[in-house]
Order: sequence, then C-alpha cells, then structure tokens
Amino acid sequence: MTERVRLVPVLLILSVALVVSIAAGIALGATVIPIGDVLRYLQAALTGGTITADELSGYTIVWEVRTPRVLLAVLVGAGLSVVGVVIQALVRNALADPFVLGISSGASVGATAVVVFGVFASLGVYALSAAAFLGALGASALVYIAAMSKAGLTPLRLVLTGIALAYGFQAVMSVLVFLAPDGQAARTVLFWLMGSLGGANWGSLPIGVVAVLLAMVVLLRNSRALDVLAMGDETAASLGVDAAGLRRWLFVLTAAVTGLLVAVSGAVAFVGLVMPHLVRILVGSGHRRVLAVAPLAGGVFMVWTDLVSRTLAAPEELPLGVITAVIGVPVFITLMRRRGYLFGGR
Amino acid sequence: MDVALTGVSVEIAGKSLVRDLHLEADAGQVVGLVGPNGSGKSTALRCVYRALKPSAGAVFLDGTDVATLTLKENARHVAALTQDNHTDLDFTVAEVVALGRTPHLRGNEALSARERELCREVMEQTDVLHLKDRSILTLSGGERQRVFIARALAQEPRVLVLDEPTNHLDVRHQVELLSFLRKAGLTVLVAIHDLNLAAAACDRLGVLAGGQVVAAGAPIDVLTSGLIKEVFGVDATVVSHPSTGVPQLLYDLKEKA
Repeated sequence: MTERVRLVPVLLILSVALVVSIAAGIALGATVIPIGDVLRYLQAALTGGTITADELSGYTIVWEVRTPRVLLAVLVGAGLSVVGVVIQALVRNALADPFVLGISSGASVGATAVVVFGVFASLGVYALSAAAFLGALGASALVYIAAMSKAGLTPLRLVLTGIALAYGFQAVMSVLVFLAPDGQAARTVLFWLMGSLGGANWGSLPIGVVAVLLAMVVLLRNSRALDVLAMGDETAASLGVDAAGLRRWLFVLTAAVTGLLVAVSGAVAFVGLVMPHLVRILVGSGHRRVLAVAPLAGGVFMVWTDLVSRTLAAPEELPLGVITAVIGVPVFITLMRRRGYLFGGR
Repeated sequence: MDVALTGVSVEIAGKSLVRDLHLEADAGQVVGLVGPNGSGKSTALRCVYRALKPSAGAVFLDGTDVATLTLKENARHVAALTQDNHTDLDFTVAEVVALGRTPHLRGNEALSARERELCREVMEQTDVLHLKDRSILTLSGGERQRVFIARALAQEPRVLVLDEPTNHLDVRHQVELLSFLRKAGLTVLVAIHDLNLAAAACDRLGVLAGGQVVAAGAPIDVLTSGLIKEVFGVDATVVSHPSTGVPQLLYDLKEKA
C-alpha cells in the first residue's frame, strides 16, 4: 500500500452506487417492474399521490415487499460491515467477524426455542426476532463474564471464550432441533441460520436503522482511539488511551448492534469478515476512512447479494449465507494469499 | 522533568515482579536499567507509562504522583517505546507517527499544520521519512522500531521511556539512537541489554536483579567485575574506553569442562 486514494471521490462513487443498487433491487426480481413505474409508485407512496386500480399489484410489490427488503439489505450490510471493522480492532485479530463472540449461535438458540417450543407465542410475528435478540444478548453477557479477568477483556481470551461458548450454544441448538417433532422446524432453523431478508417489513427497520446510525456516529468520533487500540494495549496506555475501558464499551456496542441485526435477518455470514478487508485494501487501515467507507460498501454488496438470492432459483429463495459464502470464500482466500497484506509479507 | 519511582512493588497473580524499587532520574538525565532477563526492568518501566498500576509505592513526575493524573495527561508528558509493538493492520508509517499526537488532540480532531511539520521532523530525525507512505507491515524489524521511536517523539514528551530500543537495530542505528538520546534534552529511562552501550549512553545506571535495584549510580561506579559476576554470572574485565574514558566490558568466554 503506497499512495492512499482520496476519500471524497470514493464516498461519492459508493453513494451513487448505493442509490443505483437500491433502485435496481426494487425494480428487479421474479417480476421485473420498469424503473419509471418504480419511481412513480415510490412517489405516490411518499407524497400520497394516486395510482390506478390495475397498478395495485405492482405498487404492493414495490412498496410493501421490495422497498423494505432492499432497505433492510442496506441496513444489514452496512451494520455488519461496521461491526466487523470494530470487532477486528477489538480482538486485534484480522480473522474475526461479528459472530466470533458467540452472538449468532446465542441468537440461534433463542430462535430455535421459538420454532420448536413456541416460546414467546404471545409476541406473534415478532417472537422469532425477540427471542433471537435475547439469545444474542444472553450469549454476549456469558462471553463477557467468562472472558473477564483482572487484566480486563484481553483479546485472545475474548476470542477463545467466544469460540468455546459458540460450540456450546450450537450443541444446545442441535439438541433442540433433534427433539423437535417434525422436520419443518429444522428446515426453518437452518434457513434462518444462513440468514434471510425474507421477513422484511416496514416494522423491522426503525430500531435497526437508529442503532446502526448511532453506532456509526459514535465510532467515527472515536476512530483515532480505534487506531491506537490496534497498536496494542501497552502502546495504547502510553498514548493515553485506556484500552480495557475502550474494549468494554465497544463490546457492549457491537453486541447490541449485532443482536438487533441478527434478530431481523439471521446470521448473514462473511459480510462482516470480508467487507472490512476489502475496504482496507481500497482506502488503507485508518479507522476514520474505513468506518466512513465500510457501511456504503457493505450496503451495496448486500443489496446485490439479496437480489441474487431471490432471483437465481426463483420462485425459490436461496439462503443469503450461501450467496455470501460463494462470493466471500474465494475473495477471502485470494486476500489471504496476497503478499504484503494482513500477514505482512513476512 | 524528573521522574522518581519510590518503593514501587508490582504483584501479578501472586507473583512479585518488582519489590520495593527505588529509582530516580533528574530532568534531562539518561538513566539506564540493566539486569538479567526477568529482573523487572520492563515491569518498572510499565509503571511509568501507566500500562501497570503498582500494587504499592508510587511513581512521581516532578513530584506529582502519576496516580492523580489521567492516562491522557500522563501521555502528554511521558512517551514510550514498548515491547508490545505489533499490529495486523497495514497502517502507513506516516499514519503511525501521527498517532503520537493522540494525547494532545481531542477525539478525532485533525492535526494542525505545526503538528504535521513536527511529524515530518521526527521522521527525519529517526531516518524513516523516506518510508512515510510504506505500510508498516512491509518494514524490517529495525525500520519498524525507528518508526515507533518517531511516534514517541511526535508525542513531544518530556520523559521518554524506552524498553529495549536497540533491539533489531543495526549498529549504526543503535549508535545514532543513543547519541540522539544524549542530546535530546529529555529525561530518558531506558532498559537496555548491551552493557557497553548502556555505559556509553547513560548518565546513571540502575542494576536490577530479582525485582530490586541492587546498585545505582554513574556507570563507572556501578559496572565492576564483582557486580557483573554477582548479577549476570559472567566474568568480565572492565577497561576504560581509550578516547572517551567510559567503562567498557570485555567478556571472558571460559571453556566449560
């Protein structure tokens, strides 16, 4: 990495790409809706205009189905990318992703319990999300408590505890699925574990949007501290940054955001692992630049991934995790093999 | 700015790493910490740059107990080259050096023109300016060491704490670094393994063994064959440097039967 590319053009290009992607994501699908109609329906929905009766089905697809779904894709892609950046700084490990601390398997246990036992039935359609969120928070709390030592949350302890407990949660989940009376439960759980935006509706957006925006603002304001944290705890202390305290609140922040995202979309793999690396290759490792670019790049990536997942085998819908893995695995291996990046060319 | 460690003890997980350690450095002095592996040099230094809190005793900067300062206030006076210098992220050299300004800035405040000029100057001093756009991960151990020293200098400290700064450096850069420390006008605490370089570079030496200072004073008073034998367990002859007069050690490699 020699010359750093300029940040503003990158942000402009990605913003345009995001708008175009959103439009494409709304227009394309099992039924293709001309972009002119899409814009007209959106305008009608936002400004209270009128549409004719035979346009109603198109309008419903655009406004009730695809728009919330595409916006959820942007939210999940942006959120997981930002969390991935932070987790990698937090545990000082380039291979970490938002789920390394056991958050997704905890969420899975919660969701499985809903599917198999019907807990939280009183919450209706939100039961799955609520249970997954609680499972995620419970898992994070357990990891936090188990990893805590006198020296604070040390990176290696965090990763090891997260991985160990993730196995534990997976075992619990397997038992739940095994005990379930029919195979439908296992199918639902599997689909949900691989991530899906199929459950998107306008109600699933606001909390996540607020959480991700808030996290982005807070993190951008602390990006220099994240740079310092990446240098190691001792060096951080010598630069006046309390690594242990910083790590504590970053842990809480990432656990909450990841929990909220997993609750609405399942555990979408690879975005949070690969996006931070791709962004670093593009703009360098300084967290101010990475945190500014990562959400845009992650949003664009996720819109297209989702589009592929619902059109490739239409009308069947492929799990998101399959598509992200198909893209993510080769990209990641290529990255790792690139000399001079990540592992230092040493 | 003078530094004093008074009665510092550090206990971690029931193990006593440093016991009742006393060490002083007057303003502008270069004080060396020497001693065998595990004698507590790094531990003592960690208490000065606040990576560790002493379990007893205190560290004073110009008479102020550092425990009463925030980490950030401390970092405006004290900069450190630690041994824990490893990162997976490919920051550029210029970015790493700029991080030295962290304790002087609020949050994400940008560097001023003066600070950018300062970063350029310290990179020139440490001979890394030509590397400024290179990724830190592609540098050799010695180059990286100099980048981290540049970052410490960018902090504009009055006290510089260096833990094994000559590690990985070739002989030219070792000599350059230590001569720089002599004329920098900073109070310097430096842990160093090479006793000859220590004798040449330091105004005073503190010899540590088993977590305690067993001897302290000017190199000429401290470095005696008796002490070297007692602390390091090696035989050495002390000679006077023909042109500078500082004590230098010649080691006797005895064939073991």
